[in-house]
Amino acid sequence: MAVAMLSGADRIRRILADVPDPEIPCVSVVDLGIVRDVTEACVTITPTYTGCPATIAIEQAIRAALDANGFSHVALMTALSPPWTTDWISDQGREKLRAYGIAPPPKGAGSPSLKNATPAECPRCGSNDTGEISRFGSTPCKALWRCKACAEPFDRFKCH
Amino acid sequence: MDALATYALRMGDDSLILGQRLSEWCGHAPALEVDLSLANVALDQIGQATHFLGLAGEIEGKGRDADALAFRRDVMDFTNCLLVEQPNGDFAQTIARQFLFSHYQVLLFAELSAVKDARFAAIAAKAAKEVTYHAALASDWVVRLGDGTDESRARMIAGLDWMWRFVDELFALDEVDTAALEAGMGVDKMALRSAWDHRIDAVLADATLEGPAPRRAVLGGRSGRHSEHLGHLLSEMQFLQRAYPGATW
Repeated sequence: MAVAMLSGADRIRRILADVPDPEIPCVSVVDLGIVRDVTEACVTITPTYTGCPATIAIEQAIRAALDANGFSHVALMTALSPPWTTDWISDQGREKLRAYGIAPPPKGAGSPSLKNATPAECPRCGSNDTGEISRFGSTPCKALWRCKACAEPFDRFKCH
Repeated sequence: MDALATYALRMGDDSLILGQRLSEWCGHAPALEVDLSLANVALDQIGQATHFLGLAGEIEGKGRDADALAFRRDVMDFTNCLLVEQPNGDFAQTIARQFLFSHYQVLLFAELSAVKDARFAAIAAKAAKEVTYHAALASDWVVRLGDGTDESRARMIAGLDWMWRFVDELFALDEVDTAALEAGMGVDKMALRSAWDHRIDAVLADATLEGPAPRRAVLGGRSGRHSEHLGHLLSEMQFLQRAYPGATW
């Protein structure tokens, strides 16, 4: 379909689909579920973690992408509620994370039980024989895991 | 500042001061994983502080934003509880503080996410998920240190012993809390105490520890009467804005 035939909101969605997350550039802000709503007049985003240092960088990247594509009149709003959850990460986003070496979060974050979490699938060898090293990793959204089959450490996107 | 703005300010100050305290561990923790964990918890706390202080400024309506409230107030204007300003001490003392406070935050935010005021509820619903991780981290370490070596056990006991006198302040109610409750943005903190006791006791049992003996509570943080520790913390945290007022980069 020719770009000219798309509505304003659809064109904005296409632009945002190319805006990478600053910490995990293999996925876009749309893949991560950060973009909550798009209209011709307004883009609404939601922060992932309240203390995530990437939040400001994400806002700036989205603003710059809108401006560069002739959408400087479109407002950028932030909404906290409902709170972001890893369930909003798209299936496509999950595959991109896995290919990048980050185990995607299990679905069903609605009632997170931190104990007895299902073992992560190693993004390198696919084994489920894995264990958590630390619940807190290199960014707020990731935990440190290791694979007992291939002996490699890896990041797991936390269920949130 | 009126009661409703103060209500938001108190939660913002609690998170801000604890976040700053935890940041002191950055690069000094006993292991890399612990260093990352404490820095992550600090980030979450500072993120929560940004939201609550922003809201306090919005309710106040005098144009003060979260940065103005964090960096341009003096020690007697801070309303955080005394627990969060306590020095890090050794690792066990830091864990004791986190353990007592995180379980309080878990219960507080669960209730606060259901209040009528959508602004408070939205921040709380988001923060509730984060503090669940903090409580789990601290509880794991209480068990590991308490049920560990003679040395780790003695340190865990000493850490809890130091922090215990500041617990009652978490659940104390005054006219600010009453006003917030009536306005549909507050939580009856006193009602959280028995659930908190239950959570703490369960972890202490796992750690083969007994709770410290009851003692006279030390209060005053909510009305600006702080220990000397807070002034030292602020002198570091606020240095840049004090030396170069209004500096941006």
